[in-house]
Amino acid sequence: MKKFLIPLVLFGVLVLFLAVGLKRDPHEIPSPLINKAAPDFSLQTLTGTAPFSPQDLKGKVWMLNVWATWCVSCREEHPVLVAFSKQIGVPIVGLSYKEIQPQDDPEKKLSPEALLKLARSRGSVWLERHGNPYTLSVMDLDGRVGIDYGVYGVPETYIIDKNGVIRYKQIGPVTPQTLSETIIPIIKGLENS
Amino acid sequence: MSPLFLIQKLKINGVQNFLWASVLLLLALGTCSTSSLAKEAEPLASDEVVEARLVHIAEELRCLVCQNESLSSSRADLAEDLRAQVREQIIKGKTDQEIKDYLVERYGDFVLYRPAVKPMTWLLWFGPFACLLIALGVLLIAIKRRNEKIQVKEFTSDQSHDVGQWVHMQEQKADQFINATETHTKKLKD
Repeated sequence: MKKFLIPLVLFGVLVLFLAVGLKRDPHEIPSPLINKAAPDFSLQTLTGTAPFSPQDLKGKVWMLNVWATWCVSCREEHPVLVAFSKQIGVPIVGLSYKEIQPQDDPEKKLSPEALLKLARSRGSVWLERHGNPYTLSVMDLDGRVGIDYGVYGVPETYIIDKNGVIRYKQIGPVTPQTLSETIIPIIKGLENS
Repeated sequence: MSPLFLIQKLKINGVQNFLWASVLLLLALGTCSTSSLAKEAEPLASDEVVEARLVHIAEELRCLVCQNESLSSSRADLAEDLRAQVREQIIKGKTDQEIKDYLVERYGDFVLYRPAVKPMTWLLWFGPFACLLIALGVLLIAIKRRNEKIQVKEFTSDQSHDVGQWVHMQEQKADQFINATETHTKKLKD
């Protein structure tokens, strides 16, 4: 083999690595919760019905979608979810994540009840205006459940199987493409198993 | 009333008026700034030991929103929430390792600035040293080969004979040249 080819080949390998690295999104951190049991919680709902817990949906494949009215990408994702909820019969549970932001109550004057009331009214108005894809929505005001699910950027979407195990996590908005290519096939596969 | 408007009204024409105007201006500015700065700093956790441990742990953890910042220096909302979590667990008496495990369980190894040494991270931890060793090996081999190539070779007896003859010829030429110049200068003197 000709000697001058060695650095050329090494350079080629380096370029290949860098090219692959350029195409990967550093914001998409693989979740360690995939194939693990969905963390349990019990939270108040948006409409004030009985508190919801993931246990209530045991035996069903369902989706958990993290949203907030202040979240810009959620607005982008919302019509996709609304259309999807009409098309496929899986329950979609909304997790209203930290609806009240620190700047909404800078002096921390509001009581927990007042905060919940404000968050509920904001969420309801938003869903009325943009459509409601959710079977129900739960209120994660302090973001604790969000932390248990490893939420670090809204919107995020989880697919949970019949045994309550997380099978997929979508970071960022759900698009028609991810729905048809990834989410729907996964849901169908889980429902048939 | 704006300070500039005040100055216009006073119609400055003497030093005294000017001084008055500046005093008024300063007063006006003073009231503005104090009213805008009248916000208290958030109270720190009461226990300084807890706070020191929090900083110590949070410096080793990555903020997931601004990924080049540590959890202790980030101002992102999530970082604040996670710091509150860490603080809560310190107060509960959890060890540093337990707290880190808690975060890794939720966010993965990515939160650790100092990833654990395990088969998956071997390349990351030992790769650079392996590269260094390979490079050293290549360098040593290259130097050895180069030394073999440029070793001083002894002249064979034939070669040294040729060189001797050549040197002798050059000496003769030089002598001839010196003689010629000497005879030439003599001629000129005469």
